[in-house]
Amino acid sequence: MQSEWIYIGIFLLVGIIVPVVPLLVAAAIAPRKSNPIKSSTYECGIETVGETWVQFKAQYYIFALVFLVFDVETVFLFPWALTLNQLPLFVVFEGILFIGILVSGLVYIWRRGLLEWA
Amino acid sequence: MMFWNDPIHFIETWFVDLFTTWGLSLQLATILVYAIGIIVLVVFAMVLDIFLVWVERKVVARFQDRLGPNRIGPFGLIQPFADIIKMVIKEDITPVGADKVLFNIAPVLAAMSVIILWAILPLASTIYGVDLNVAVLYLIAAGSLGTLAIIIAGWSSNNKYALLGAFRMVANMVSYEIPMVIILLIPTILADTMSVRGITDAQSGMWFFFLSPLAFLIFLVSAIAELGRSPFDLNEAESEIVAGFHIEYTGMKFGWFYAGELLHAFTFGGFMAILFFGGYGGFFGLEELPAFQWLTIPFIQAAVFITKAMLGYWVIMWVKYSMPRIRIDHMLAFNWKFLVPLSLVVLVNTAFVNRILAGASDWVYVLIMFGSNLVIAVVVVEILRAVGRRDRKAVATGIPAGNPE
Repeated sequence: MQSEWIYIGIFLLVGIIVPVVPLLVAAAIAPRKSNPIKSSTYECGIETVGETWVQFKAQYYIFALVFLVFDVETVFLFPWALTLNQLPLFVVFEGILFIGILVSGLVYIWRRGLLEWA
Repeated sequence: MMFWNDPIHFIETWFVDLFTTWGLSLQLATILVYAIGIIVLVVFAMVLDIFLVWVERKVVARFQDRLGPNRIGPFGLIQPFADIIKMVIKEDITPVGADKVLFNIAPVLAAMSVIILWAILPLASTIYGVDLNVAVLYLIAAGSLGTLAIIIAGWSSNNKYALLGAFRMVANMVSYEIPMVIILLIPTILADTMSVRGITDAQSGMWFFFLSPLAFLIFLVSAIAELGRSPFDLNEAESEIVAGFHIEYTGMKFGWFYAGELLHAFTFGGFMAILFFGGYGGFFGLEELPAFQWLTIPFIQAAVFITKAMLGYWVIMWVKYSMPRIRIDHMLAFNWKFLVPLSLVVLVNTAFVNRILAGASDWVYVLIMFGSNLVIAVVVVEILRAVGRRDRKAVATGIPAGNPE
């Protein structure tokens, strides 16, 4: 059990080192001749106007919130799914009730029109 | 014959013995052997990745009635190596005003999020990195890291196109993760375990594809969306925001985004094979016959797995090069108004039928599972047709419909 997670830890390390090595090689042998025009922001040849990190559409935020609710709730379903066949039948109905609460949330935001890209 | 039955364990024992005779402690020797094994596995994945570049370019060429790379080496096989050399010796440009730390982290993270998936990918019953008992959750967690890499890349580039690509990626990946997580519950319910080897072994008699074809279709769609490939490639949309999140990346940093995407697609092909098509096994009990016992040899199993994963990868490519890009409002509506409710229905159906038929004979179980999926599919198609009819009528009479879609 513990050795599995040591394995994952080593895997993460190797997973970081493997992409870094070619980047270091590139940094060592690639030419470096920077000039202001080359390092300017590429926007199809037109000079960039104003700040880049501007205000963005609030809809993205709302979708992220909806996602958060669903993602947290689905994580609770994994233990239920895993032990489903060992538990009595009413636990299945409890799980279905839980999914029903999930669905009522979806219906609510749907009726409120939050799923429309307006 | 020990090597042919269990090659990894054989080599591992040999190396651990070797290191302990050198005077290393058992724990240190084990960790060292782990590291060697991981490096071999990752190098295998990288070599496969190089090969995938060639496959992708050849296949897209065929789809577009071209020849593809055919100059360097036989059938252009050496082309990806030439590409790598070219990428490494290209100048690395950091745009003015970019957040340098995040800008450099993003490509590494993009590649890493894919590489770490190989830790749990079982190539054969005895050739695998690690058999986690929460492998399905690990798959979801590693997938989220890829999203993070793209958001970081888009944000740190100080480029409006890149930022737009990152925004779209948030909406896209974050939305399609929900049906994917829900669908991953279905193999968990059917196999009673979250370990990918357990899920594979549970399919030795019957693929989960036949128990829940709808789940496979939803998984395919959400996997393509998670990969950000066409028709869900709004995050890079060449014709409007040029290359989206990786517009400012040059040289090998761009190379990692490209290689990462290809390997990610192949890895998802592999997970499709594992979750729904029996992975390295799933011969419908054929391997128990004396004449077909060679099917359990690890190297044969690995070949079967790679073939299945390649077919899954090919389906993803097929979709990519056949479909036009869809609009962002359609993409989100398709997810939240269609895929999420449908996946919840499929989940409830699977949980319920699976529990009710706990003691039933295999054929009754398979038939009822498949039949219930068929019924759901027919009902869904009828609902879609009714909605379509209503909208067409609304358009014809000039009264605006309740749902603009």
